[in-house]
Amino acid sequence: MNLGRLLAVWHARNLEFLRDRSTLIFNFLFPLALVVAFAVIFGGQPRALFKVDVIAPPAAALDSALHPFIGTRYVDFVRIGADESDTAIRKVERHQVDLLLDLRGEPRYWINEDSPKGYLAERLLLESDAGGATRVPVTGAAVRYVDWLLPGILGMNMMFSCLFGVGYVVVRYRKSGFLRRLSATPVTAFEFGAAQVLSRLLLTVSVTALLYGALALFVPFRNEGSVLLLLLVAVAGALAMIAFGFMMAARFASEELANGAINLASWPMMLLSGVWFSLEGAPAWLQAVAKALPLTQMLDAARAVMLDGAGPVAVLPHLGWLAAMTMLFLGIAAAGFRWRAD
Amino acid sequence: MPPVLEVRELVKQYPGVRAVDGVSFSIAEGQCFGLLGPNGAGKTTTVEIMEGVTQPTSGEVLYRGDPIGAGFRADAGIQFQKTALQDFLTVRETLSLFTRLYPRRREVDELIRICALEQVENRDNRKLSGGQMQRLLLAIALANDPRVLFLDEPTTGLDPQARHNFWELIRSIKAEGRTVLLTTHYMDEAYELCDVIAIMDSGRIIAEGPPSRLLEDHFDDVVLELPREDFRGEPAAFPLPVLVASDRIEISTGDVEGALQALLRQGVPLKRLRIRPRNLEDLFLELTGRELRT
Repeated sequence: MNLGRLLAVWHARNLEFLRDRSTLIFNFLFPLALVVAFAVIFGGQPRALFKVDVIAPPAAALDSALHPFIGTRYVDFVRIGADESDTAIRKVERHQVDLLLDLRGEPRYWINEDSPKGYLAERLLLESDAGGATRVPVTGAAVRYVDWLLPGILGMNMMFSCLFGVGYVVVRYRKSGFLRRLSATPVTAFEFGAAQVLSRLLLTVSVTALLYGALALFVPFRNEGSVLLLLLVAVAGALAMIAFGFMMAARFASEELANGAINLASWPMMLLSGVWFSLEGAPAWLQAVAKALPLTQMLDAARAVMLDGAGPVAVLPHLGWLAAMTMLFLGIAAAGFRWRAD
Repeated sequence: MPPVLEVRELVKQYPGVRAVDGVSFSIAEGQCFGLLGPNGAGKTTTVEIMEGVTQPTSGEVLYRGDPIGAGFRADAGIQFQKTALQDFLTVRETLSLFTRLYPRRREVDELIRICALEQVENRDNRKLSGGQMQRLLLAIALANDPRVLFLDEPTTGLDPQARHNFWELIRSIKAEGRTVLLTTHYMDEAYELCDVIAIMDSGRIIAEGPPSRLLEDHFDDVVLELPREDFRGEPAAFPLPVLVASDRIEISTGDVEGALQALLRQGVPLKRLRIRPRNLEDLFLELTGRELRT
């Protein structure tokens, strides 16, 4: 590998992007507009349903026979595993779940004393429950939808920037013959690929950081964790998604085909990764698929940092998974890379 | 000493078409070698196999006696027939990108001067005229100070003025002792620039040698050209063979005086008569029975 050649290609790509004003502006304005719009629309409004997480004995069905409270109309009961009780308690603290009911053995429930909806959910529980469950009070401020949504929007913008910014451009270079011209120079596929990846990484992380700063002025949001750790999460996530885009672009010679393929990959990723809504309550297999996607991994890590103040150790599994995916995608891309269109 | 480039029994089979069908030739140091032929003759495929950007079905290409490899890529300068460059870069930046890819390189300023790009050095390379673009592509091909230069139809689509300017450039590059492989479908270009030519048709080489010797070998006559409307009478009735083209007639003969007398006897006005030596276009027609540019 020759660093000089890599830097030459990297520099040229940076110039190209920075001078392509329309793309640059779109990259910056689109997510900004989206976040502001969502902040205005969803600002502090509560969600319509009450949501109650239930931990029940494995064999029992989730119905009113198990507990009279279950079956109350307009309340969303979600069964969770016993190992998820810590997560569920945190959700009660953040007002994401209005009440947590544990029906293993002596019934217990967790309630956030700062939550208006928690208060109402508790009234409904007491109304239906003759025996009386043990009350475990917790406290904590609500996570507004915008706080929850913000990492998702930034992540989604990064995903599109990474997939299309690398995938589409490489396919265009191939179709136009620029790649073929480069193939007649000493540049290797790895040097070319690394230059594209690093150029897009610099760009997408810079734009995301700028957006983060701008949003902090427009829509004050919550970040409980370290900004540096968040940056590390963004870099790891961007690398995995750029590598994915590069893999998609390794062989195609038609922009339309690349466009279709990248769309096909990005939309499920966007819907399954919890950009817009949480996948809790979705079938287990779907959640497993979602977990494997790079965007999900990055968002889970970013939300853990921003909402829960998670530290490096807590997000390490996410970072490891992202690094592994980066290697896998780049390996496949380099093995199958084509310089020419025909 | 082995030739700079040697091509042995090259074959390239595409589905349904044999683009290159057993081509062999060699190019000596400092030579300008011309590969001629109509569009679709297999010139570009042959050159791209030699450049290492296309894999042959069979056969081999040797650079100074060895299969082409990293050493060749460092020594070769290539001007593709069609190449897009990166958008949003100026002429100077594009040259800077390419020079930085090679261990041995020419200075960007020098390339700009050699290829007369001073007027447009800060222009976006998408806004260049045809002639300027070809000069930029040539400058890119010269970025690594190449020992062997490949030029694939470098003047196609240029106006006569731009073509002649380009020829001057090639002559100055030749004068520096570089080996040049030129493909073209302009026979006058090959005649002007090349020491040796190989004429290709349907994937095969049908004639090879110095242009003047090829003409001497095949022809011992000259061509009398007349505008079509000046020729009176039936071409078939004329004592010499007459070739009728769309706008003119051509009479090939070794006996110019006899031909002129025959024309005078028919009352043909000779005011617009032109006598020219045989050229490579005639040779191609002679060898294939077809016009070169059809």
